[in-house]
Amino acid sequence: MLELEHIKIRQGPFVLTANCQLRPHRTTAIIGPSGGGKSTLLMAIAGFIEHRGDILWQGESLKGLPPAARPISMLFQEHNLFSHLSITKNVGLGLRPDLKLSAAEMAKVDAALDRVGLAGKGAALPRALSGGQRQRAALARALLRQKPIWLLDEPFAALGPGLRLDMLALVEEIRAEQKALLLLVTHTPEDARHMAAEVMFLDAGQAEAPVSAAAFFATPSKRVRAYLGL
Amino acid sequence: MGARIEPVKTLAKPMGIAAFLLVVAFVLVPVLALLSRAETGGGGAAVWPAIRFTLVQASLSALISVGLAVPLAKALARRRFIGRGLMVSVLGAPFILPSIVAVLGLLAIWGRSGLFSDMLAHFGLGPLDIYGLKGVLLAHVFFNLPLATRMLLQGWQAVPSEHFRLAAQLNLAPRARFVLFDAPVLRGAAPSALLVIFMLCMSSFAVVLALGGGPKASTIELAIYQALRFEFDLASAAQLAIVQLGIGFAAAALAFHFGKAARFGGGLGAPVRNWDKRRLPMVLDAIFLLLAAIFIGLPLLAILAKGLAGLLVLPAGVWQAFLVSLAVALASTSLALGLALALTHLIETSRYGHMVELFSLLLLATSPFVIGTGLFILITPFASPFALALPITALVNAALALPLMLRILRPALGRVRHTYGQLAEGLGLAGWARFRLLTLPQIRSELGFATGLAAALSMGDLGVITLFAPPDVQTLPLLMYRLMGSYRMDAAAGVALVLVASSFGLFYIFDKGGRRAGA
Repeated sequence: MLELEHIKIRQGPFVLTANCQLRPHRTTAIIGPSGGGKSTLLMAIAGFIEHRGDILWQGESLKGLPPAARPISMLFQEHNLFSHLSITKNVGLGLRPDLKLSAAEMAKVDAALDRVGLAGKGAALPRALSGGQRQRAALARALLRQKPIWLLDEPFAALGPGLRLDMLALVEEIRAEQKALLLLVTHTPEDARHMAAEVMFLDAGQAEAPVSAAAFFATPSKRVRAYLGL
Repeated sequence: MGARIEPVKTLAKPMGIAAFLLVVAFVLVPVLALLSRAETGGGGAAVWPAIRFTLVQASLSALISVGLAVPLAKALARRRFIGRGLMVSVLGAPFILPSIVAVLGLLAIWGRSGLFSDMLAHFGLGPLDIYGLKGVLLAHVFFNLPLATRMLLQGWQAVPSEHFRLAAQLNLAPRARFVLFDAPVLRGAAPSALLVIFMLCMSSFAVVLALGGGPKASTIELAIYQALRFEFDLASAAQLAIVQLGIGFAAAALAFHFGKAARFGGGLGAPVRNWDKRRLPMVLDAIFLLLAAIFIGLPLLAILAKGLAGLLVLPAGVWQAFLVSLAVALASTSLALGLALALTHLIETSRYGHMVELFSLLLLATSPFVIGTGLFILITPFASPFALALPITALVNAALALPLMLRILRPALGRVRHTYGQLAEGLGLAGWARFRLLTLPQIRSELGFATGLAAALSMGDLGVITLFAPPDVQTLPLLMYRLMGSYRMDAAAGVALVLVASSFGLFYIFDKGGRRAGA
């Protein structure tokens, strides 16, 4: 269980509050208008910005833990790869932050690349890959890190619709294998309907408690209807 | 964003603090050492003219350089012509041209027996005299007009091209264009250009040594040199040093206030597209460009031409001087680089970062002679400072290169932190691994540029070495100065060419090394 206890984040005039629980081993989509605080919430969970209240994972507080010590892998919209390191090295960082990889670890990196459809691309630099391939590499790294919580901040927003759905399907497959909790920020209600078990609506700094995706789309509240344009 | 959560503790912070303490020692200890040896009284009388001349020449140099740079940069920004790329590149040259070499080139054009004097003689007019304030200003404008032009040019090229298209579409009047484009660019770039040039000219030594002198045209730096060298008057030197530090501090604080200030490198690529086809501005731009090309180009060509002839009469000892200069340059550059990297980390992460940065920039304002003399006094009880002339020179050169390096490396490190900071923290990439795997490869090109500048400047520096060097020890610039002093101008010109080739060569090697295979 990932518990957000009375989270309050203040950024100038903007205030974000959240107080809810997220169940493990499943996908929760976070949707809502731009500027509502979706990315900010992920940043707080990942440990990049400070907040009031507490965040607990399986009953243990994450408060004060540096980002690397949290049970979390995060995929950003862009810049998930270091532009000067090969794909293999970028992915290898997920196993050893100093890149002193043993032969067995190298084999794991290759297997992960294979799993995300990047077999044979290990030696390439990120700039030689397409946008979708770069995010696949980032996904391979998250796969290797084997953290129980995945935070995805619209990592496929820049891809075409077909490619985006392919990527989401791949993410969901690997997530299910690893039994991870996935928090997916998205601008596309379709994505939430497609792959999320639950949906959390976040508007003007107020995070609503997640509800099942079916219920969310079947009986939308007034604010949700306004957002969806219904 | 809220306050950052501080990541894993590493050695970086203690190293940064150690580097900062070293910088503080560099600024303060020499002055204290001087004061401790200064008996009361001292010169006094010579102090005021030196202060006045320093302020006057530095202000005028800055105003003239920036004033002339405005039309030149504007012409470069809006005109396409053959050789534009070459001209922009050549504008980068004077900054790393050893000042004693530049003096030689300027004398060949503007001196008593220079090109223009010869031409005037045909009309029965007397030879030009460029000693004193005129000559100092001429040399300083020669050095700093290109620098100011590049700084302003960057401002014009930062204006989004959409704005120019819009102005063309709306057919804006010249006045409106000035208000919309030129005024904001000048407001942004001119104050920092003025201050940077003021500071550079304030601590100028070799130019004033060669072209100034006498009680009427002596800067504080030169007065310190004379007090130490000819009178061994530590009290006067200490007084002057404190004045120099005070003026420098004020200028540094102002420069800091005006923000991002000097960027010495960066892309100066394509000109801004211009749809204005009126005749008069076009002719004026052409005249400015031509005059600037002559003003900057002729002395450079003279250095080349006289130098080639001088290669035939190279004096003995030139290659030994070359090796000595190279060793000093590499030592001082390594030291400056180590200090700069340790300091930038502290500046980025510490709560007192801006204080650290301000204090480090203060090194620009300290007198090399004060640092040198302070070290001299400190060393004397333990060893012969004359035997240590070269290590002292390397130390002082490192101190002078440090602020420049900080200015170049800081934005690069900020960019890396901004782009990859969260990713690195999320992955637990910290300490040495982070530096080796992330920071170093990402700042390669800036690192190469900064290292190249520092090495070239140290190679061409003619400063404290003039105080201490025993006759049998010499660097290339010192050898050149000694040859000029004994009127062996041909040999001096040959050495000048060797010196220029070494300075530019060092810069080229480091800069190229940084760009190779960069990300």
